[in-house]
Amino acid sequence: MPPSWRALSPRRRQFFVWGLGVTAFLLFPVVDELLNLQWLNAVTDAAVFVILALGLNIVVGYAGLLDLGYAAFFAIGAYTTGILTWPPHGIELNFWWAMWLSVPVAALFGVIIGAPTLRVRGDYLAIITLAFGEIVPIACRNLWHIDLRLGPWTLVENFNLTNGPQGINPVGRPQFLGYEFGFDPLPWYFLVLAVGALVIFTKSRLAQSRLGRAWMAVREDEVAADCMGVDPIKTKLLAFALGASFSGLAGAVYAAKLQAIFPELFRFQVSIMLLCIVILGGMGNLKGVILGGMCIMFFDRVILAQSTQLVRGLGALLGSEMLMRADLSLWRWFFFGVTLIVVMVLRPEGLLPSAQRAAELHAGEEEG
Amino acid sequence: MALLEARHIVKRFGGLTALNALDFSLERGQIAGLIGPNGAGKTTFFNMVTGLYRPTSGRLILDGRNITGLRPNRVTRLGIGRTFQTIRLFDNMSVLDNVLVGMNCRLRASWFGAIVRPPWVVQEEHRARQRAQELLEYVGLLERAAELAKHLPYGEQRLLEIARALATEPKLLLLDEPSAGMNPRETEELTAFIARLRQEFGLTILLIEHHMEVVMGISDRVTVLDYGAKIAEGTPQEIQRHPQVIEAYLGKGGAADLASATDDS
Repeated sequence: MPPSWRALSPRRRQFFVWGLGVTAFLLFPVVDELLNLQWLNAVTDAAVFVILALGLNIVVGYAGLLDLGYAAFFAIGAYTTGILTWPPHGIELNFWWAMWLSVPVAALFGVIIGAPTLRVRGDYLAIITLAFGEIVPIACRNLWHIDLRLGPWTLVENFNLTNGPQGINPVGRPQFLGYEFGFDPLPWYFLVLAVGALVIFTKSRLAQSRLGRAWMAVREDEVAADCMGVDPIKTKLLAFALGASFSGLAGAVYAAKLQAIFPELFRFQVSIMLLCIVILGGMGNLKGVILGGMCIMFFDRVILAQSTQLVRGLGALLGSEMLMRADLSLWRWFFFGVTLIVVMVLRPEGLLPSAQRAAELHAGEEEG
Repeated sequence: MALLEARHIVKRFGGLTALNALDFSLERGQIAGLIGPNGAGKTTFFNMVTGLYRPTSGRLILDGRNITGLRPNRVTRLGIGRTFQTIRLFDNMSVLDNVLVGMNCRLRASWFGAIVRPPWVVQEEHRARQRAQELLEYVGLLERAAELAKHLPYGEQRLLEIARALATEPKLLLLDEPSAGMNPRETEELTAFIARLRQEFGLTILLIEHHMEVVMGISDRVTVLDYGAKIAEGTPQEIQRHPQVIEAYLGKGGAADLASATDDS
């Protein structure tokens, strides 16, 4: 770092970093257009996952609750919007209403899952959330021939809620000032940016509040926090509900952008990928999670696809059958795994750690 | 009326009776010492008063209110602050944040207020930070406010635990071996500090202590536990002469040590 950078007050530095980030995001579509990269769509999807990772970071990074089924709330958000706007249901709610309704619905499920399970700790909580993450996509796949009978009365017969494995298609699209969102990624990009800005704002305010401190206290020592007047159950429930509501919002936007949602979109791998983003970026750190998310998603959506072309081209040049048929995107989990191992060995606090965690992991080195 | 009253408290862990029909009462404004050999049930009693354990039978009354079986955070809200025998700070939070967590139960901002930040929340947060800094100044840790709690030396961690407990605005402060691991000079300072706490915060204090100089020096009353039962209660002078105490707690011939210890202080 140049000395002039160090001379700046932390507040200004903060301002500078954020300003740079915002400018980069706002100018990206222009660069994309000028260089004809056609990355805008991929970057928009990536940003959705960054929003999800930010929500997960509340649960894992702040409150210290290992949630392996976070994609379930993503699914609930997406399906809420899907169900409310899918024409065959006859509701066909305006997208904006559906989007905002997805937030409390996802939060409600966060409370429903959290209330009975947050009494268990650590590994047990991880297992229960894992199960929940499996149940939700399966429920989405099966809730399309619902019969409800109570004694001789048939309350509901053959009701199709989620359209099973075919999924919900089409999902209602947003309109803004008379402009209808279509296949052009540009308006989606800005919608996702706006949602992302809202999430970042909300999250940083929460982190620097009474509630943020309570989350960290529960993460550090639940018994001590309880004895200092922090209600651990209520605190953890709020982490679950607020984390879930972020992913409900992301799910709503994602569903409308894709126009079709299937149970398979919300499998266990999504939860793991989000967890990778949080760990890679730096647990508990807002900027770290954004950076980690952009890195992983960019690698997944852009680099893997492009390098597959490269390897195939190389294969054609060398006349190698194997290289010509290679598809590197099938190797994505291999690359994620290797990256995670390398990060854990070389930089266990993540790319941009929170100051606290870095201090924790390198305490010995400072003193030595 | 007594500030804290324990009526016939029994606590069993499986076949072990940790506390056997203990009656205890503490007047407002007093400093009471709780002593006894290891395993006598002192910390068990603390954990019961603060809600970590539920008594097998018996009642706990704080300020005329039944607190038996309430969760720890409820008990804290009603006015009991505590420290721990083995330090339990929030290691990876700053010294200031540790104190602010103690204040948590006196702040009213909800999650919604935290996001929207109406003026009253901003003011509340501002006042809380000021108060936390005052408390840190009081225990002499203000310069350390930004450091992580775990980077403090041991003696200062003990002081931070006290500051955090004071932040909960207690009526009754429970100190579990506050001088454990301190050298004689630190112990002496701590004794004076506890006496000051009572005066300046209008507190009632109950402490478990092994250092006889501390207990005998500042307690108004001393209660002696052995095998989960109260074997003696009275002023420090009475306790020092109590034959059963000398035998149970100090062994035979311990009386001379005890007398000389209190003469010094």
